[in-house]
Amino acid sequence: MEVRHKSMKAFGESLANANEQLKIINNESNLPHFDEKYELVGEGELHASNIEIMQVNVGKMCNQVCKHCHVDAGPDRKEIMTKETMQICIDILKQTDIPTVDLTGGAPELNPNFKWFVDEIKKLDRHVIVRSNLTILKESGFQDLPKFMANHKCEIVSSLPFYKKTFTDKQRGDGVFDKSISAIKNLNELGFGKEGSGLILNFVYNPVGAFLPPSQEGLENDYKRELFNTHGVVFNNLYTITNMPISRFLDYLVQSGNYESYMQKLVDSFNPSAATNVMCKFTISVGWDGQLFDCDFNQMLEMNMDHGAPDHIKDFDMKKIENRRIVTAQHCYGCTAGAGSSCGGATA
Amino acid sequence: METYYKPEDLPKFSKMSEGSPELWKKFSDWYGAVFQAGALSEREKALIALAVAHAVQCPYCIDAYTQESLSKGADLEQMTEAVHVASAIRGGASMVHGVQMKNVNSKLTM
Repeated sequence: MEVRHKSMKAFGESLANANEQLKIINNESNLPHFDEKYELVGEGELHASNIEIMQVNVGKMCNQVCKHCHVDAGPDRKEIMTKETMQICIDILKQTDIPTVDLTGGAPELNPNFKWFVDEIKKLDRHVIVRSNLTILKESGFQDLPKFMANHKCEIVSSLPFYKKTFTDKQRGDGVFDKSISAIKNLNELGFGKEGSGLILNFVYNPVGAFLPPSQEGLENDYKRELFNTHGVVFNNLYTITNMPISRFLDYLVQSGNYESYMQKLVDSFNPSAATNVMCKFTISVGWDGQLFDCDFNQMLEMNMDHGAPDHIKDFDMKKIENRRIVTAQHCYGCTAGAGSSCGGATA
Repeated sequence: METYYKPEDLPKFSKMSEGSPELWKKFSDWYGAVFQAGALSEREKALIALAVAHAVQCPYCIDAYTQESLSKGADLEQMTEAVHVASAIRGGASMVHGVQMKNVNSKLTM
């Protein structure tokens, strides 16, 4: 399977459509519905609790077209959050004490108001996570961003699916590994990833294929040893993330004939301990146009917050949000399999 | 029977408990303990298992331990090296028996 140069949407592929994806993932009659399985946790239905993270998807445009991308991001995607929508997010932060804002995309740096948004969030003294793909930091017009993010003490979380070139380039495109290492060296020079600097650089591993991630701790040791010995670079933590059976990864699963066995693997690996700590319990996800979701995956499946919670930030109401019932479908098994999976890595 | 090995038979492994559940329990407890991280990591154990699977030429085990090696963080390069180790031992085992051939040859010929 070749690395793409444009999104599935650009090619008019059926799985670029959320409803087509849902038809597949909700049509596996042999598998128990996620809600039934979640009952094993012993908490009844899945509900949110304290909101600790506002995850904001500031746009679907990206300089990369990764094979597994759940956003179907790419250079051709034009969905970009406006300054007005960002301002509503700022207003909500002012009204609440949500401590962390997690900026994602696409490549969030490609939003023309990225710096303004970070500035405004930091004025409110909130922690900012930037999900950077690293290679954007080497592109012309973006090379000042590492320093900007250091000055603003942003935490950087970057996908690096393996500590070697082969797997990384296979998933993310030719040359991505070398460019990423170059960007990591720049970040290390500024203090990112170095003990005691206060500048955090975390990496994300996700499997390059239809299998579950290994133990986060063991793999983090391998990454640290190999990346330092081979490239002289350092980082703080490794997060292992399971690929969700949606968007491009769903397309890969179907095309490669792995879909049924992968779903079965996710269901068989359901772990109640991991399910207890799923990220939707303490996260709200804001779409590029201000729509509200329980997580970034639901956002891509166009499954808005429901069950009495508002579906757009213009109607934001913390009372209706903090104990809302989470909207689920069969893809949710991706977050509860094995050691669990979240934007902060394993959950069990 | 059109073939002896069917992929759908692999998940039926636990049906071996039927007939002797006590022995199966002992086997599966021991098997599970063997593959837990100890002096060797889970990844190293999965790669050893993959190599042995090739040496004993077990299609079920090759399928299972390719998946397991990937799930424990191994890549194609590491798995291929493991298969070479198995192949080298199998090839070497044949070759070293050549010493016996030479012994017999020495005894029988002038």
